[in-house]
Formats: sequence, C-alpha cells, structure tokens
Amino acid sequence: MATVNVVKPTVTANSVAKRVNSIGLERIDYKGAESTLCAGCGHDSIASQIITACYELGVRPERLVKFSGIGCSSKSPAYFMSRSFGINTLHGRMAPVATGALTANHKLYGIGVSGDGDTGSIGLGNFKHMLRRNVRMVYIIENNGVYGLTKGQFSATADVGQELRHAGRNELPPIDLCMEAITAECGFVARGFAGDPKQVVSLLKAALSCNGTAVLDIISPCVTFNNHDDSTKSYSWGRSKDERINDFTYVAPQEEITSEFEPGEMKDVELHDGSRIVLKRLEDSHDPTDRNAAMALLQDARQNQLFITGLIYLQPGRPNLAQQENLGDTPLVQIPNEKLRPSVESLQKIMAAMA
Amino acid sequence: MTVAELGATSPAGVKPLAGTEPENKPEPVVNDFCISVATKNGSGSQTANTTLLRALFKMGIPVSGKNVFPSNIQGMPTWYTIRVNKDGFVGRRPDAEIIIAINPATALTDLQKAGQGALFMYADDIKLPLNRTDLYYYPIPVKKFATENEKDPKLRTYMANMVYVGALAQLLGIDLEDIEAALMYHFRGKRKPVDSNMKVVRLAAEWTATNLPKRDPYVVQKMNKTDGMIMIDGNTAAALGAIYGGVTFAAWYPITPATGVADALNEYLPRLRIDPETKMPTYSIIQAEDELAALGMVIGAGWAGVRSMTSTSGPGISLMAEFAGYGYFAEIPAVIWDVQRMGPSTGMPTRVSQGDVIAAHWLGHGDSKHPVLLPGSVNECFEFGWKAFDLAERLQTPVFVLSDLDIGMNQWMTKPFEYPDRPIDRGKVLTAEDVKRLGVGGFKRYKDMDGDGIAWRTLPGNEYPLASYFTRGTGHDEQAHLSERPEDWEGNMERLTRKYETARTLLPKPIEESVAGATVGILSYGSADMPIAEARHQLAEKGLQTSYLRVRALPLAEEVRAFVQAHQRVYVVELNTDAQMCQLVRLHVPEVAAHVIPCNHSDGLPLTANWISTAILEKENK
Ligand SMILES: Cc1ncc(C[n+]2csc(CCOP(=O)(O)OP(=O)(O)O)c2C)c(N)n1
Ligand code: SF4
Ligand SMILES: [Mg+2]
Repeated sequence: MATVNVVKPTVTANSVAKRVNSIGLERIDYKGAESTLCAGCGHDSIASQIITACYELGVRPERLVKFSGIGCSSKSPAYFMSRSFGINTLHGRMAPVATGALTANHKLYGIGVSGDGDTGSIGLGNFKHMLRRNVRMVYIIENNGVYGLTKGQFSATADVGQELRHAGRNELPPIDLCMEAITAECGFVARGFAGDPKQVVSLLKAALSCNGTAVLDIISPCVTFNNHDDSTKSYSWGRSKDERINDFTYVAPQEEITSEFEPGEMKDVELHDGSRIVLKRLEDSHDPTDRNAAMALLQDARQNQLFITGLIYLQPGRPNLAQQENLGDTPLVQIPNEKLRPSVESLQKIMAAMA
Repeated sequence: MTVAELGATSPAGVKPLAGTEPENKPEPVVNDFCISVATKNGSGSQTANTTLLRALFKMGIPVSGKNVFPSNIQGMPTWYTIRVNKDGFVGRRPDAEIIIAINPATALTDLQKAGQGALFMYADDIKLPLNRTDLYYYPIPVKKFATENEKDPKLRTYMANMVYVGALAQLLGIDLEDIEAALMYHFRGKRKPVDSNMKVVRLAAEWTATNLPKRDPYVVQKMNKTDGMIMIDGNTAAALGAIYGGVTFAAWYPITPATGVADALNEYLPRLRIDPETKMPTYSIIQAEDELAALGMVIGAGWAGVRSMTSTSGPGISLMAEFAGYGYFAEIPAVIWDVQRMGPSTGMPTRVSQGDVIAAHWLGHGDSKHPVLLPGSVNECFEFGWKAFDLAERLQTPVFVLSDLDIGMNQWMTKPFEYPDRPIDRGKVLTAEDVKRLGVGGFKRYKDMDGDGIAWRTLPGNEYPLASYFTRGTGHDEQAHLSERPEDWEGNMERLTRKYETARTLLPKPIEESVAGATVGILSYGSADMPIAEARHQLAEKGLQTSYLRVRALPLAEEVRAFVQAHQRVYVVELNTDAQMCQLVRLHVPEVAAHVIPCNHSDGLPLTANWISTAILEKENK
C-alpha cells in the first residue's frame, strides 16, 4: 500500500527563493482552474483546504484522482489540483465510478467531492454500498442543506422546520450522513466546517492516510440559498455554535510524536500507512474509537441542534476493497497484455472438456 | 379441471389395454424427432434432461436442448425440449413426438396436446384418462423406483428423473455408455454421484426391457455428425470470449437470463487469470448493488484503463441509460453484455425476446448511438466476447452485445472456439513518454489527430504532469476544458459522428447467402438464425428460393443497402413486437424502404422454422 510521503523539506541554496514542499513542488502546482462558484461559497474554501492538505503532505498530484457527482459542490474538483486526473460523473454516482477506477488502479489516491443532495438523496444507496466495500478514498460531502445548482430546493440534510425562500418549510426529518456512514461500517467519519480551515486541513490529512473510505461531512454554507442566520448550515450559526468534540494532531509516518499534548492526556491510533492520530483526552471529550459513543454523540447533536465538529468515529482495521479482492502490488491497469489473454493450450483444454 | 373431476379411467400402474393404441407396425423414425419433458421447476430434472441431451450428442446425432421455464424457484411447470435432427436443423419445434409426463399438474394437458402417434411416457401414479387411441402409452413406476433405490427421501424426487432417463434410453436405443459419459461430464468425473445415478438408470432400463415391449417407431442410431464438436450455452461462451479478450474488471447484478455470464466468469477466471509469479488474481469481479452502479463501476474501470464489462438483461439496460450516454460523450470504453428477455417487472422474465435492439442502440439521453454486436450462435458469443473489448477500446465507447435467453441459457452444439486470430488492441493510449514528446499543448484529449474521429487518451496514473485531463459528460472543448460554446459542441458532435462512421467499418460484416435469381430476401440476426436455415429449406421445397443476410452489428453495414436493392422483397425476421430491426433497416435505406417488410413475432418462445416459412408464404401469396 502506498503511503503519503512526508519528508521534511530541506532548504537548499536554490530553493530558498521559492517555498516548496517535501517533494519539491510549490503550492501553485496544486492549483486548479478558476472557480465559477458564487463568491463566498463554502465549497471554494474547502477546495483551498484540499490544496493546503495535499501540498503540506507532499502528495504527488499525478498519483491522486479526483471524483465528483453533480452539483455546485461536485464542480469543485476542477478548482483544485489540475495536474491530477479527474472525473465529474453523474448526479449521485460518484461512488460506483470511483469504485471501478480505484479497483483498476488501487495505488492511486482518491479524493471525491459530493454534495448533500448528491450523496444524501439520489446517491444514498450507492454511497452506503461503497462504504460497505471500503474503497480506499476520501469522500467529502460539502453539506449545505440545500440543492445549490438547481436553485434552492431542500436537500435530505435540511433540518425540520427550516424555511427557504422558494421551497417553503421543511417537514421531513434530516438524514445524518455521518450516522449513515457509521452504520455502513465506515472506518473514518468526521465532521468539519468550511469556516474552520485549520481543522478541515487536519481532518483531510488524516483521511488521506486511511486504508479505506474516509467520510468527511463538511458543513459548507450556500451563500446564495441557505445562509440566513437561523440556518444550521450558515456561516453565522457555524461561527457562533461550532463545538469541537476533540482535539487531535495528525502525525505523518516518519515524524516523531511531538504532540502539543501532555503524554498523560493522549490517546494515539495508528493508521494503515504508519501515520498516527494523536487525540487529546479532555474531561468531557469524545473517544472516536467508541462506536456507541459516536452514535450517541450524533443522536444528541441532532436532537439539540448542536454544531459539532471533529473526528467522530475511527476504526481503521477493516480491509479495503483492493485487499478483499486480493489485488497485489501491481495495479490491474499495469498488467501487461501478455498476461491478459490466457494461452492457446488453456482454451484447447476447455474445449476438449466440453466435447 | 383435475383428473379426478374428469373421472380417471386408468388406475395407477395398470397398463393400457392392447387395442387402445395404433395397430399397424409403423415405419421406424430414425434420428428425427422432438422430446418434451414436462416436469416441475426445481425438481432436479435439469440433470436428467441435460444427460439425455449430451448422451445423444455423444452418439454423433445433431441435437439441441431448450428449457422453457417459469419465473419460479420450485413447483411451477417446466418443459424441457430436446430436438434430434439428422439434418442438423435444431431450432425449436412447437410439437414433440415423445412426451414424458411426470408432472401431475400438467399431465392431462400434455396428454391432450400430444400429436398423433406420439410416444407418451408417464409416471404411473398419475391417474389419466387414457382414452386416446392414437398414442403409444408407457406407464413407468417412477415413484416406486425412486423409493426403492434412494434411501434419502430428500433425493427421491431427484432420482425419479433418472428413471425416465433409463426407460427412454431403453426404448429409443440410447447406449447406456453414452448416458454414463454424459453423467461423467455433468458431475465432472466424480464417480460416486455417477454411480448412484447410473444404478437407477440401469434398473429402469432393465425393467422397461422386461415390462414394456416397444411398439412406437422412434429410434436413435449413431452418426458422426457431432465429431469434433462441443456443446455449450451462450452465457458460458460469452464469459470465455471475454476472458480470452482479456477482461479484467466485471461488475454485475443478478438477473435471469444473464446471471450465467457472471457465474461463468467466476468459474473460469480463477483458473485462467492468476498471476503465475505472484499467485494473485489479475482481475476483479464485483456484484454491484444495482445495474446502475454496475455500469458506473465499469465506466470507472474503463476510464482508468482496464478492460471492463457488465452483463445484464432489459430491465438492467434501462437502469444503465444515463451511464451509457455518459460513456458515449465522455468516450469511455465499456462492454455491456445484454441477454435479452421479456420486459419489466414480473410476468414473463424467463421468456426470450429480441426486444432491446432500439433501446440499446440509442440508450442515453438523446443524440447517443452505440455500436451493437449481434451474435447469432454460441460460437459468435465467444468471438464477439473478445472482439467487443478491442472495439470498445479502439472506439473509446460503450459497446453493447445483444445475446438472448435462447442462445444464452440453452445448450448448443458448435465447432470448438477459435483462439483470437490477432493480438489484443488497446486502442489509442498515450504513455508518459508520448505526452512528453508531444510537449506543451501537444496532448488534447478530444482532438481528432487522425481523421477517424477517435482522439488519443491518457490514463490516470500517467505521471507526466501534462498528461492529466478532467472528464465530463457533455460540454467540453478539445482540451477537455468545460465549454458551452456552440462551436465546441457542434465540433465535438461532428467528430463523434465521424467516429460512428469509423465504427461502421470496424464492426463484423453481415453474412450473406444469396441465391442467384432469388427475388425474395430474408434479413435477420441473433438467435433467429437457426430456425431461418430450416425455414429456407422448407420454402425451397415449396418452390420459393430465398437469399439470406444475417446482420451482425449496428450501425448497419453498407452491404445491407446492396442486399435490399438486389431483392424485390426483404422480410426482416425477428422476435419482437415492434419490428425494431425492420425500422432500422428502413432508416438505413430510405430509397428502397418499400422493399423492407416486417416479419416479426413475439410470444416468449424462440422462433420456429414453421412459423417463419408460413408467415413468408402468406405474405408472398397476398
Ligand atoms: C439524474 C439527474 N437528476 C437531476 C439533476 C439536476 N441536479 C443537478 S445538481 C442537483 C442537486 C445538487 O445538490 P447538492 O448535491 O446538494 O449540491 P450543491 O449544488 O448543493 O452543492 C440536481 C438535482 C441531474 N443533474 N441529474
Ligand atoms: S448556489 Fe450556493 S452552493 Fe452553489 S455556488 Fe452558489 S453559494 Fe455555492
Ligand atoms: Mg447541497
């Protein structure tokens, strides 16, 4: 399994002028096309956090593939990392396309960006089945509680009683995509807020080191259709109510654990590639390795309309799809033609047996 | 109406009286008859029937077997028909000379429907009014045998089937050695089940020899017409074809009649595609959550550069519509193997049809048209199985293959499959070196460099920094940048049309059998081929010479135009209600569309030679 290589940048005489990361790339090498989203849209801020995380981790852009469905959110893979291959699939269908592509080449990193409509409604089934299969990729839901691209209908994550200009009042209970992810045995489930870039970057880095699907449900305000103060998916709500459920540091494989926390208050969990997540044990802090606690936390937050962010659930042990399929070190796509077609003799043998 | 209500006249086990059967000793009928076995779904009769079939095949006699079954797991009536024909015509015939009635629920109807002079074998515990005097009755103590010879009550129903195998072998003259060889095939050389089955077969044959003197005329004699042939179903053939075409990824969702394709992939890939060095599989098969996801995975894998396929049937095809259109516009290779059946929901899902022709050809959301391959035999299932991948990758587009339930699930004799005669063609793929050589601005994902409408592609994982591009369905310029400019869209559609014309030249050509001087032509495809051969023979005997063109792909080849022009009337024979191919042919040759006449039929069963020849004669005589 490939790892995220983090080598501390060595500052040499020629590289002094430009700031480069561990693999010698500048931040600009991680840039994408000009965004066409509304100014202030949460999705754009997430795109720039993806750039930061990948730049800081030293992910080679050519080893990463971008996936999305359809929606404003799903447009954003065009706005980061142009040197990576990307595919804007169909509404709700990022999961199966990513499953196929990452089985064909399981050495690639996958980053997928979807919306709450894309994942929570039309693509909910495919989403959950992808989690069951545990395809190794980061699955981001840019959650704004609304359909942005089709101009402001309620999505399945909208709160009961929420009002929207055109759509009126929502009477249906919301789907909590983190809960859905946990019940589908996803091993990394986190919630973030587009207005808190630092935490999103840490979550992204940890997610990129995961051995299976890592779900990041990021509250990402839609400034055009759903940013009034009483919306739980608005900037003001997020800024005033954001309650971090845990503090953690992400420690790359080669790094020593030099955490900001005192040893006694730490809990650390090793990820598949040797990197670690070091959690700060606070008085009332949440332990993400406890499944029941994770569900209870979400239940509680939903009932009290709490805005919680952080690592909700972490259970990194389950084999990913490529491992379940016994795929070796060579990705399927690199198997040479000679090995694709069995021999003449093998066919003759099969034919003889059918005579 | 039940037998009891009719007032059964034959108490169990009582042999019919002499005098209730035809009296004259008839001329023997050798190697030319149909057997119809009426049983219950899920009763294990499949082994018995395929054993009879393969035994006849081993005797060198042309033969075919068809299972006409309900959508049900256990209990509903099933008919298995075996056609034995010394001349090699093994398409379906609606009637049978030999009837084996061991399903009490249908025995009475089976009896009433039996043709004159038929051999009527029945389980002697079924009470039947044996008042017809034109049949040869053979009551056999199926239950008694099974009870006496099988201790395990759970296996008794199954063993009962072997009783009719033994009895029929005795009456027709099927060599018990051939029955044993067929069982060896079925049980893959496992002696124990072969022996226990053979024991019942032998006892039944002996009992029949002693107790039931042969009065009917039906006999088999060894021939050499199956020498060097194999027997196989089209779904297994399809999977083998795909494997010899290098299939590396398959995603599928269970559906009759297509499940056999995935089953065969699961059976053969572990034997054929394990890396000799690493001992790891060089393939992956995923059972998806629905057909929509299945094609989505296939598109993802095709985009990432592996040979990927899915297999399904009509209902799955409809779910795949959006991805098919996506694959067409984003230009992603995929193979979609469609084993056609009757329409949606419940009712007739286990009945055959050629009803997906237009849907598959144009599947998507408008302005998409896909290459479609139309195998007419199990042999072509194998051939198109591997060719479909070369075409999909060469053309960078989804390719459909339309088989059907009759070809796919039934057993057919065929010449052994020929190993692909050309190396694998991966199409236009640029390596990192290639992109480097082209330099900045050189690689454009959707630019037609060669004039054939097919642009060069790169694959994710290509590490050269200029190699990547961003894939979308519609709306892109030559560099794959998002574009809504009218000229970009139109330019792209023009290129796709050019590509479609390239496809037309690369697809398998029609097979033509023109008869000098014939004014009537038959145009057909797929599983209609077998009955057409016989129908043309029948028509010739009645004085009507016909030419024949079997199309093997869409878009239609130019040869179709010449054929239609050369004949005054061209009957398009097909198994659907909307005369779908007929419509496509008319569109293809508008200038002579009046020559093109529908000759379609759809009742859930494979076409028969009689229906075809009668329909054409009727139309001719109008
Ligand atoms: C099959 C299909 N149905 C409907 C649409 C129209 N559509 C485009 S985006 C969208 C909703 C997007 O909402 P969300 O996923 O929440 O993304 P956002 O725009 O809010 O980021 C819909 C319904 C479509 N593109 N395809
Ligand atoms: S409509 Fe909303 S979600 Fe879409 S780009 Fe504008 S702010 Fe973002
Ligand atoms: Mg949304």
